[in-house]
Amino acid sequence: MDFAFTEEQELLRDSVQRFVRENYPFDKRNKLAETEAGFSSENWAMFAELGWLALPFSEVDGGLDGTVIDTMIMMEEFGKGLTLEPYFPTVVLGGGAMRRAASPAQREAVLPGVIEGTTHLALAYAEEQGRYNLADVATTARADGDGFVLNGRKSVVLNGTAADWLIVSARTAGKQGDAEGVSLFLIDSSTKGIDRRGYRTQDGGRAAEVTLEDVRVSGDALMGEAGAGLAVLEAVIDEAIVAIAAEAVGAMTALNAATVEYSKTRVQFGTPIGKFQALQHRMVEMFMETEQTKSLLYRAAMSMDSGRPDAARCVSALKVQTGKAGRFVGQQAVQIHGGMGMTYELNVGHYFKRLTMINSLFGNIDYHMRRFAALDGTTEAA
Amino acid sequence: MDMEFSAEQQNFRDSVRDFFENTYPSDIRDKVRRGVSLSKDDMVRSQKALASRGWAAPNWPVEYGGTGWSPTEKYIFENEMARADVPPVVPFGMSMVAPIIYSFGSKEQKERYLPDILNSNVWWCQGFSEPGAGSDLASLRTKAVRDGDSYIVNGTKTWTTLGQYAEWIFCLVRTDPTVKPQEGISFLLIDMKTKGITVSPIQTIDGGFEVNEVNFDDVRVPVENLVGEEGKGWTYAKKLLTHERTGIAGVARSKHQIGKLKKIASSIPNGGGATMMEDDDFRRRLSEVEIELMALEFTDLRALAAVQTGGAPGPESSILKIKGTEIQQAITELFVEASGYYALPYTPERFDDGSNVEPVGPDFAAFAAPRYFNVRKTSIYGGSNEIQKNIIAKAVLGL
Repeated sequence: MDFAFTEEQELLRDSVQRFVRENYPFDKRNKLAETEAGFSSENWAMFAELGWLALPFSEVDGGLDGTVIDTMIMMEEFGKGLTLEPYFPTVVLGGGAMRRAASPAQREAVLPGVIEGTTHLALAYAEEQGRYNLADVATTARADGDGFVLNGRKSVVLNGTAADWLIVSARTAGKQGDAEGVSLFLIDSSTKGIDRRGYRTQDGGRAAEVTLEDVRVSGDALMGEAGAGLAVLEAVIDEAIVAIAAEAVGAMTALNAATVEYSKTRVQFGTPIGKFQALQHRMVEMFMETEQTKSLLYRAAMSMDSGRPDAARCVSALKVQTGKAGRFVGQQAVQIHGGMGMTYELNVGHYFKRLTMINSLFGNIDYHMRRFAALDGTTEAA
Repeated sequence: MDMEFSAEQQNFRDSVRDFFENTYPSDIRDKVRRGVSLSKDDMVRSQKALASRGWAAPNWPVEYGGTGWSPTEKYIFENEMARADVPPVVPFGMSMVAPIIYSFGSKEQKERYLPDILNSNVWWCQGFSEPGAGSDLASLRTKAVRDGDSYIVNGTKTWTTLGQYAEWIFCLVRTDPTVKPQEGISFLLIDMKTKGITVSPIQTIDGGFEVNEVNFDDVRVPVENLVGEEGKGWTYAKKLLTHERTGIAGVARSKHQIGKLKKIASSIPNGGGATMMEDDDFRRRLSEVEIELMALEFTDLRALAAVQTGGAPGPESSILKIKGTEIQQAITELFVEASGYYALPYTPERFDDGSNVEPVGPDFAAFAAPRYFNVRKTSIYGGSNEIQKNIIAKAVLGL
């Protein structure tokens, strides 16, 4: 058992911190969020140059063989800066599916561009009626000659507008809700029949509703085995949860620091409000919830990296804790900042919004509470 | 970062497990499993068994009899102890007065007291709180007045846990009433047989007799029983509070209790044709506690790792106390919930070993409510959880 980061990991953290410090003053960030793309292509090129876009990919694919813990470190620092570049949808979600299921030809077609920063990905897996149930897939992929024809609608596809390639879950067999029969397809986003309605998200990001109408793809668009896509999706999403939980820990850390600082300078009744015990205890609770989230984050990341049988259960525990802590820390940071916390101009509310949206992604507290209970028996007595 | 045990650590775990299963007195484990009270003799035998393996004081420096274990080994040991239903070591000698003595005591004091603590030959109790000094401990009024080679001690200490068994008591006493409250306090070791000491039991809400009031009426204590310097007692006691916090979270024992609770809940009907384990509302509350505990387990390990790499245990360890006790309390609450109607029957005889009183309702239920009532103490003792939050606010957040 070892809780220390390697020297390389410390260097990675330093370099992301430096990027955030130099490129993400908050007013600049807000302006960037208002641009059409919603992120900076210069920053994205810098990510490529620094090797960040290659991090989790295998050396064979031109990557750096990074671990879940490496990604966790990056995401935590991104969280502190509320960065807007679509690292998460392209590298973690799209890249996660590519790493697990893409054929050599598909890797060759897509990953060099991702690593160089010229190609964006999006994972189109969610559907309105299915909520967080990954198996509830109504989108169909009907075999047609040596290819497939896809029809259906995908909800809130992160980075869906910028994506050059979509990874789409669709049913090749079975009925809606079956674990078997879900397949993944790698599809050029300009393929005929794909309609993307893009929009901004509450937290400054970009997403799209994707409609597939008689989208014709060749047989080699299929990723991995036909019908076996659910296990891939589950693994990708578990890893993605660790990544956004790390982002949430970063956001909470920044919020706590801002709140404590504000309470030392804001004077009411002739006293800095941080001297009031009611607020002191509240801030201690914010600190404790953040530390508890960080503990589960480490636990889940380590469990995934070593392939422990309880990894999925640890991930659900992490998502529950992240949801609860994110809500508490976010709400209380706004509360303690008073009227200032309500303003668009101050970063506090924007951290709160990101934390709120993180709870809504990949299963909220209730969903993961149930999954945690259902996976009982997998936690080993360490 | 890596959470796997090395082959060496696995061997260590196996040897600890083997010891508890095959060498350690099995009758004590059996009593703990059944929930009945342990006698003084049981507790002493338990600790002597640990001492026979050199495992009585994992946190002491090796030169005084510690084990020299790494944090991971300590973690393994605590888990195995809880898993085998081995009772925790009574902390007053082993983890409270001993660290004060080996850190601040004289050579003579170390030689005189430490071996008897390590081998559980002498039972110690704590004399900190007073009727008028609880969370505001520095306002304590028990005074020790110098008279030749002695101090004359007068005053009252309270909430003295298991003081009825104790042969010695360590006390914070006021030796100088003229200076700032914190600076006039000294740390004194007192033989309980000394004339003028009276111990009176205080019954707690669960019906048990764990705590006592201890009165000092012109008690003559040799000056050589002063630890360290006069007037430094407060500093020593505070050091103690931030050090030696290993295990304060009680993670291993809470894990074990959750395991028991799940087993029990799987056999208790929920009144809707399913078991309590299948009851959505109960299950959710259980999951909430389990998730908190999984987090705390790693918070604890992170704190241990920080100490190992030379970092101070730090005031962050206050988190361990707060969250650890909240979790312990939540678990006892769920045992009461699982008991349903059978939380009600009050059958204190069931706590006596060998009682042949027929259980009323399920076997575990007699212990559920008393445990729940008893464990409310944990968020009060050792610096109440509100005091812990004050400490974090000041020392960690800088407020």
